[in-house]
Amino acid sequence: MRKKEMIAMLLAGGQGSRLGVLTAKVAKPAVAFGGKYRIIDFPLSNCINSGIDTVGVLTQYQPLRLNTHIGIGIPWDLDRNFGGVSILPPYEKSGSSEWYTGTANAIYQNLDYMETFNPDYVLILSGDHIYKMDYEVMLDYHKENHADVTIAAMPVPMEEASRFGIVVAEEDGKISEFQEKPEQPKSNLASMGIYIFSWQVLKDALIALREVHGCDFGKHIIPYCHGRGSRLFAYEYNGYWKDVGTLGSYWEANMELIDIIPEFNLYEEFWKIYTNSGTLPPQYISANSVIEKSIISNGCEAYGEVHNCVVGAGVTIGQDAVVRDSIIMQDVKIGDGCVIDKAIIAENSEIGKGCTIGIGKEIPNKLKPSVYSFGLVTIGENSKIPDGVQIGKNTAISGVTEKYDYPNGILESGETLIKAGERL
Amino acid sequence: MRAVGLILAGGNSYKMRELTRKRAVAAMPMAGSYRAIDFTLSNMSNSHIQKVAVLTQYNARSLNEHLNSSKWWDFGRKHGGLFVFTPTITADNGNWYRGTADAIYQNLEFLRKCHEPYVIIASGDAVYKMDYNKILEYHIAKKADITVGYKELDSHTEASRFGTIKMNESMRIEEFEEKPMVANSSVVSTGIYVIRRRLLIDLIEHCAEEDRHDFVTDILIRYKNLKKIFGYKIKDYWSNISAVDAYYQTNMDFLKPEVRSYFFKELPAIYSKVSDLPPAKYNPGAVVKNSIIASGSIINGTVENSILFKKTFVGNNCVIKNSIILNDVYLGDNTYVENCIVESRDTIRANTRHVGENGVKVVVEKNERYAL
Repeated sequence: MRKKEMIAMLLAGGQGSRLGVLTAKVAKPAVAFGGKYRIIDFPLSNCINSGIDTVGVLTQYQPLRLNTHIGIGIPWDLDRNFGGVSILPPYEKSGSSEWYTGTANAIYQNLDYMETFNPDYVLILSGDHIYKMDYEVMLDYHKENHADVTIAAMPVPMEEASRFGIVVAEEDGKISEFQEKPEQPKSNLASMGIYIFSWQVLKDALIALREVHGCDFGKHIIPYCHGRGSRLFAYEYNGYWKDVGTLGSYWEANMELIDIIPEFNLYEEFWKIYTNSGTLPPQYISANSVIEKSIISNGCEAYGEVHNCVVGAGVTIGQDAVVRDSIIMQDVKIGDGCVIDKAIIAENSEIGKGCTIGIGKEIPNKLKPSVYSFGLVTIGENSKIPDGVQIGKNTAISGVTEKYDYPNGILESGETLIKAGERL
Repeated sequence: MRAVGLILAGGNSYKMRELTRKRAVAAMPMAGSYRAIDFTLSNMSNSHIQKVAVLTQYNARSLNEHLNSSKWWDFGRKHGGLFVFTPTITADNGNWYRGTADAIYQNLEFLRKCHEPYVIIASGDAVYKMDYNKILEYHIAKKADITVGYKELDSHTEASRFGTIKMNESMRIEEFEEKPMVANSSVVSTGIYVIRRRLLIDLIEHCAEEDRHDFVTDILIRYKNLKKIFGYKIKDYWSNISAVDAYYQTNMDFLKPEVRSYFFKELPAIYSKVSDLPPAKYNPGAVVKNSIIASGSIINGTVENSILFKKTFVGNNCVIKNSIILNDVYLGDNTYVENCIVESRDTIRANTRHVGENGVKVVVEKNERYAL
């Protein structure tokens, strides 16, 4: 029987609601990152770079962009005769049909997929983190310890430990205790949501807990395995790892790529990150433009000023426009004479001429103060901003907006403007 | 599509000076992130020609590497696909390709086995967009034996690099001169031909029997009174790159908005092998004016009116003016480069100065690369 030693299951069904309008139409793993990439490119590239050529991608929330992005896996070399990448959406069954109700439930519903490859080990990943990691080294560690489950964990500052799932490990790495978002953490090792299971252990646990609604790895499977006396080990990871779950951390992680020698370096020959970008022409920088401390993707045409920005493919920046500290995604058009500060502008949006974006005082967002904060202006994909309007801080805009949507030509700080048919 | 494609990419040209030391002209990097042959290959793909043979000979390593997968041009199909033919020794032939006709002759079996009624022949060293269906329709409407795509150049001087033609009012070619010492016409053959497959096989076989090897002199020129050879005007941008100055100028043309818009924005697109490079990075100190920058580049200095190909590293206080920097070049700090073409994979030491005084200078420098 043909087999794969280790296969990966990549959970990519989450919405990532804290990214606001950015994830109104796409799942979080499909959100653009670092100019030309999407978040899912990082775990996918890690897989192929680690020698894992069989990856099941579990999708549920708004999967269209993910499906077209992944295709048959050519950019990641995951187009294979046996194995390769497979998109696994929830499907109708003769008995009970349900959505994926939790992370482990999603994996349970795809037991048959995993059985096809007769694996010894299964790697569970989530599609919403930015990092480079060699899963093969983690597997070696798993084998060395004769572990049943290995959990990747990274040290976090003790004062922040109460925001994470904490593992308490002995000196040899064996896990003695778990604490889910503890008030008094006993360790600062936070689980990264990356697990290697020995196949039989995973299969038994998934079957045993199949009736649990919303079955989750952190809440149910891991405690179950621990309770049964399985050998659980913590694999300490000390490299760059970023959860880009909030607009603030998403913006920050993008900005870090601009540093002269960034902590997370995309320019290393070793451990390349792959993405589906097709053939794009090079970028053009005009005689009057000023480009400083920025990364700019293929196919852009810049006629204005760009300072401290991450710019995606095919973006046009108009004459005399000034863009600072912003993330501009694929195919955005920025009109002549705009002044933009600290904004996130999602794909295919059009900003009219002479707009001023990101001005005024920092007033908390009235609708969702915890989402639209950090002083950012967030503009969802396919939005249109009319000529000459002013937009304040902690604002969110989505959809085709017209002049009359802006009283006195201004969207004050803290306001949200979502046009018909758009959801938050 | 009712035609197979043949791309003649075997050539070298002494007019390319040092640039073809390591590759065939068809493999020359173009416009920041392409190679010359991408234009013809994409045209074939966009014209729905599904079976394409590339004939290579001169230093084909770089070209073969570029063509090692056909999927980038969408030729990875069950039927047809991309074929690369280099000369081989067979039971009855031990020669290299002795000319373009001989190259086709040595691969005649490929043409015999095709079922498409027509053949589109093109070269791999021109930058243009073309729907070959149009020239094929013209060929059929004219009841031509052979149709030759032609271009009217702006001046006579450059025409002597090409075959010059003269046509009568019905567009039939009456005069054809290959690389004349003094050109008396600025109408040149683009090396794009349409011909019925059966006729091509016959002509090539006759050629071989008479020990003739060149498609232009031994077929086009020799048969021009016997066969109906028509010209087809190419109205849009077309530029052949196989001389250093032409190569330089064609690249520089991409700094013009209309040329960029025609090739980069208007559909159909030109395809190339995808190289998985990160976006270009502009560090403090970068001053870039009127330039094309390809992905993977890192810029710390000044770049003006230039084209930086993929993975160029520009050190601190560098000044690059009116130059073309090919793939994967490292320019050390305080380097001054003006009016140059810097060969790919070069490492230019810090504090170096290269200036093309009388025309374009080709810089080839192999130094130890310091770790980035």
